[in-house]
Amino acid sequence: MYVATKGGESAIEATHELIAEERRGDTTVPELGTDQVRNQLGRAVDRVMTEGSLYDPDLASLAIKQAQGDMVEAIFLLRAFRTTLPRFGAAEPLDTSKMIIRRRISAAFKDIPGGQILGPTYDYTHRLLDFDLVKEGANATSAPEATATEQTMPRVTDILGAEGLMQAENREEIEAEPFDLGRQPMSFPANRDQRLQNLFRGDEGFVLALGYATQRGYGRNHPFVGEIRMGFVEVEFTPPELGFTISIGEIEVTECQMINQFTGTKDIQPMFTRGYGLAFGQSERKTMAMALVDRALKASELGEDRDHPPQDEEFVLAHSDNVEAAGFVSHLKLPHYVDFQSELSLLRGLREDALSTQDKEAAE
Amino acid sequence: MDEQFDPDQSANVSRAEWMGVLARASTTSLAELIKSLGELPEFNWLRQPEVGAVMTRGRAGGTGQVFSVGEMSVTRCAVTLTSSPDIVGHAYVQGRDIEKAKSAAICDALLQTNRREEVLRSIIAPLKDEESARHLKARRKAGATKVDFFTMVRAES
Repeated sequence: MYVATKGGESAIEATHELIAEERRGDTTVPELGTDQVRNQLGRAVDRVMTEGSLYDPDLASLAIKQAQGDMVEAIFLLRAFRTTLPRFGAAEPLDTSKMIIRRRISAAFKDIPGGQILGPTYDYTHRLLDFDLVKEGANATSAPEATATEQTMPRVTDILGAEGLMQAENREEIEAEPFDLGRQPMSFPANRDQRLQNLFRGDEGFVLALGYATQRGYGRNHPFVGEIRMGFVEVEFTPPELGFTISIGEIEVTECQMINQFTGTKDIQPMFTRGYGLAFGQSERKTMAMALVDRALKASELGEDRDHPPQDEEFVLAHSDNVEAAGFVSHLKLPHYVDFQSELSLLRGLREDALSTQDKEAAE
Repeated sequence: MDEQFDPDQSANVSRAEWMGVLARASTTSLAELIKSLGELPEFNWLRQPEVGAVMTRGRAGGTGQVFSVGEMSVTRCAVTLTSSPDIVGHAYVQGRDIEKAKSAAICDALLQTNRREEVLRSIIAPLKDEESARHLKARRKAGATKVDFFTMVRAES
């Protein structure tokens, strides 16, 4: 049965006004500026840009303000906007070896060329609430300066790779166009390019949980942080009308290279294997989790058993996107009145049948 | 990337280099510096300013297979100068910034005329210096967080 449903327009209008009022909150409190979001809630901006798949700090700040800090909603808003932008083309691959480094650490080697640079990190804070931050206007500080870090630093994995102890990252002689989830639907089996793009956009909580699961034994793979680096890299692009490559901007990214154990096979010498994580902005936790899952998803290529969810690419890739996940969960809120009515009458019928059978049996 | 820009070497500045400097410039700095050129030349749009996106790419492990990362917003446009219609100034600049793209395209056009020296000196050099200073400051602050390891000497004798 099809029932046309009308009505609700004025209720919907009123709810729009209600969220607008709630978003603004108490009008005796100054309104939040998107510049404040961009400058003072930078890690939220980074996450929205990464999972929203668009590097634009101003738009991500607007999305966060509009969504009242609801990250998944903000990511959805940015993704939706992204689809309205014409695509000018694809950039040259980022060269993270030329990064202007703000943070760079290795847990595998103490002495690395260029040194261990802590940069801005919460790692050594006490995780105690700082009540000084409640006082407005008393928190302007200027961090100390010292001898500048080296202009570029070699990637730790490249140093190990030079010794042949590290599984090489294979590069095709003639490189095919990489998979692009922005224009192609997911397909299985997935190659590394599709997996990495999916994990890049994937929900941080989901990817973190899967990475954690691999450490706890669900696809165990003995990781070491080979290197985490964070800083600025140039984006280079070759406009067809120019025919030469130009730099079109500079973005901040975080990169994580995990080193994992691998015992080798009778054909392959034992060597370290690797997992790779990348994200926009300062997103260290996300890149670490991504690197763990990237490595777990290599199970079949390395001839390992695929016994656990983090090693199952269909499970991982099909459920990592929080815009899709939230959409499918949210659709349960849409009116299902007719569906539910049919289930209700079916259930009533079943129960009546059962009751009358019981009555009959009792009478016999 | 952070060498001091030397205006005496400006003849060696490639078009790709100055276009990059313009693309990465801060909107406010470019808007301020372009005033020093006085009245801007008359121009025609060859391509109206357009906001779009470029897909950034990475390499697995930093060196391996190429993959799509995420897009970044970019504004592009192209102008021709009324005085010399053969010269085309192009701009591809980060962000959604029509004013900046317009200024960058006009600068790119002027840099192909006999005003090159002037534009290099009054716009490209200061922008490049500003970028170098910003990078140096970031590297100096990072440098203050560099770990100095020292070995504890065990008291056994």
